[in-house]
Amino acid sequence: MPGSLAKDAVKGPPLPPDAGDFGGGGPGGRGTSRRASLTGMVVLLAAITMMFAALTSAYVVRRGMSNDWNALPLPHVLFANTAVLVASSAALELARRRLKSGRRGEFNRYWTAGTVLGMLFLLGQAYAWHELKEAGIFVATNPSSSFFYVFTAAHGIHLLGGVVALIWVSVQALRLQLGPGKRTVVEVSALYWHFLDGLWVYLMVLFLFWG
Amino acid sequence: MSSPEVHSAHHAPTSFIGKYVFSKDHKVIGIQYYFLALFSVLLGMTLSLLMRFHMVHPDMKVGWFEKLWPTAAAGGIMTPEMYLSLMTMHGTIMVFFVLTTAPQSGFGNYFLPIQIGAEDMAFPTLNMLSFWTTFLALVVMVAAFFVQGGAPLSGWTAYPPLSGVGRISGPGEGMGQTLWIISIAIFCGASLMGAINFIATTLDLRAKGMSLMRMPLTCWTWFVTAILGLFGFAVLLAAGILLLLDRTAGTSFFIPAGLVVSDQILNHKGGSPLLWQHLFWFFGHPEVYIAILPGMGVTSQLLSTFSRKPIFGYRAMIYAILAIGFLGFLVWGHHMFMSGMSPYSAFAFSVLTMTIGVPSAIKTFNWIGTLWGGKIRFTTAMMFALGFVSLFVTGGLSGIFLGQPSLDLYFHDTYFVVGHFHMIMGVAAIFGMFAGTYYWFPKMFGRMMNETIGKIHFYLTFLGVYAIFTPMHFLGIAGNPRRYADFTNFEFMNSLMPVHTFMTHAAYFTAAVQLLFLFNLFWSLKKGAKATDNPWESTTLEWTIPSPPPFDNFGGHHPVVYHGAYEYSVPGAAKDYVMQTDPAAVSH
Repeated sequence: MPGSLAKDAVKGPPLPPDAGDFGGGGPGGRGTSRRASLTGMVVLLAAITMMFAALTSAYVVRRGMSNDWNALPLPHVLFANTAVLVASSAALELARRRLKSGRRGEFNRYWTAGTVLGMLFLLGQAYAWHELKEAGIFVATNPSSSFFYVFTAAHGIHLLGGVVALIWVSVQALRLQLGPGKRTVVEVSALYWHFLDGLWVYLMVLFLFWG
Repeated sequence: MSSPEVHSAHHAPTSFIGKYVFSKDHKVIGIQYYFLALFSVLLGMTLSLLMRFHMVHPDMKVGWFEKLWPTAAAGGIMTPEMYLSLMTMHGTIMVFFVLTTAPQSGFGNYFLPIQIGAEDMAFPTLNMLSFWTTFLALVVMVAAFFVQGGAPLSGWTAYPPLSGVGRISGPGEGMGQTLWIISIAIFCGASLMGAINFIATTLDLRAKGMSLMRMPLTCWTWFVTAILGLFGFAVLLAAGILLLLDRTAGTSFFIPAGLVVSDQILNHKGGSPLLWQHLFWFFGHPEVYIAILPGMGVTSQLLSTFSRKPIFGYRAMIYAILAIGFLGFLVWGHHMFMSGMSPYSAFAFSVLTMTIGVPSAIKTFNWIGTLWGGKIRFTTAMMFALGFVSLFVTGGLSGIFLGQPSLDLYFHDTYFVVGHFHMIMGVAAIFGMFAGTYYWFPKMFGRMMNETIGKIHFYLTFLGVYAIFTPMHFLGIAGNPRRYADFTNFEFMNSLMPVHTFMTHAAYFTAAVQLLFLFNLFWSLKKGAKATDNPWESTTLEWTIPSPPPFDNFGGHHPVVYHGAYEYSVPGAAKDYVMQTDPAAVSH
């Protein structure tokens, strides 16, 4: 086992008795870069969580303290959008599993489907904005609409970044350049996408029950 | 173990632009951050000198004031609004582009990877992007001086309604304030990128044997600072977006109803300025620790090295760093005792604030314990580390006063607060940077700084900063309000004005002394004595490699770590220090 070999190597020379554990990582190599990529993504998700937590606390405070809050009539297309985004996440998950078991052709199909569904979601969000605009509800109309636009825009911008990543993976996959080294990209972008999917479901719950 | 596969994170660039401008090398990026902070600190210091001048000569006509600022200093006399814009920009530039930038992004970028035995940061491209985004933020911030109306007036905390209602509330509150918010938002993005890199690098790129409990305390402070930055800047970014919308899109997140500004009734309704204060200080208090924690790390490293003793209570130091980081997120309300918050909330925030005194005292105690009985080497770097301890204690003690709601009600809008935060957040952190500069300069540039000039620089700066900031506490107790441009119209201030005159002269003196530092820095770059690999006989990994280090730090070799970071004066060892990478230095 390579791990124990490495441990033996550093165990060889004399050590002070209170040397502690050898918790350090290994240098360079694909394993390190894969682990660092996953860590980096988890840290990024923590930052995004914090940002939406801040916006949520502002939302709760602003709603609770004011007498000018009018509930926002949620555009119905949002429910369809939610379904599309959940389906897109599911497609990516199926794709990821296909890649693990080496079925590259199926991976391409599922991943591309997930990407297209993701873009469809963004179009749907744009349509929701359009509907609100037609109803005369703009960003400054009411604090509820202000927050709605802020939340959807912040989520949408993050998702747009995700779509770029998904398209990049799709292009690599269709050009048959998705070697094992790129699987980290697949894992990391899928993780990001699932997170944004979950974040959207959370936002829907917020709008529905504290709208 | 078979020889490990040599894997370079990236290849050495050959073009000038790739090497020095858009470099992905953490060392070059660290130096870029350092010089960005150096430019910023000189700018911020210049602004503070103009403020100090105005305070004691509010009516003096200065010809070049009028030439530089025809509107804001019409007739050669600074307007109160201009004073406020200087104050705002001084605070903003110092907090964001100096205190956040140099200790963490500068030294951290350069030395974190080396001290943990890595070739580079985890994401070199993101690292480069992070620097250039910070640079862009600085450009946008400085641009606020040159737009119509000039720089904003609302202080580095940008409290609404003043910061949220636009030009009608003051000359700098138009485009200047908008640029301020945009710059800060860009800065938040840059800091988040940096934080991701620092955290992933610390967790995943440590060399074999470099367990968390063997990391130098500098690495621990950079790591915890990155976590604070990650959470803090994410919240500030959210708040900044809402404030920008209040200004540009007519929303009412922070602007209350029925507000009359400059005889105009505003259209906003129902917003809460307090909401901004909560969001801002949720970032703002951890920001204090973002500024000071890396200085604590450098101080620990230096006290141990130059006392030739292991750091006293290594684990306790780590737990104290973690406790300070954690508690730092629970005390933001102590900046808002004046806001009319419930006394019960104030009590809770006060108790939590006092609790931070415990890990802070542990650190101070351990620093003194490290010095105790040590064979102390009084290098310039060590002097600045000792100065850090002094300033940290002085600044920390006044914090205990301010953490009491009943006392804070009196002190809050006085110079007592100005004295407090300059001591602990400003000067202590800057002493940490000086200590780091004198200590690591030989490694970064391969030459030694001049020790004689360095020591003169230390003594004069140490005297100077105490001369500037100690009197502020007394002025505050005497009731001297802060954020006023001119005190000459208040009778009770007459007897205090000589103190202001003294502080202004002390500020000129201290600023002049910094020319010694600048001379030493740039002269030593070219003419300093050649540095050996380990001029201070330190134990950490950066001292095992050439000065300056090669492109991939360890020359294609992967270091293996056998010891903790502070093995000085180990009984039975051949020398009075044992390098972390030394496999056979201790016989048992």
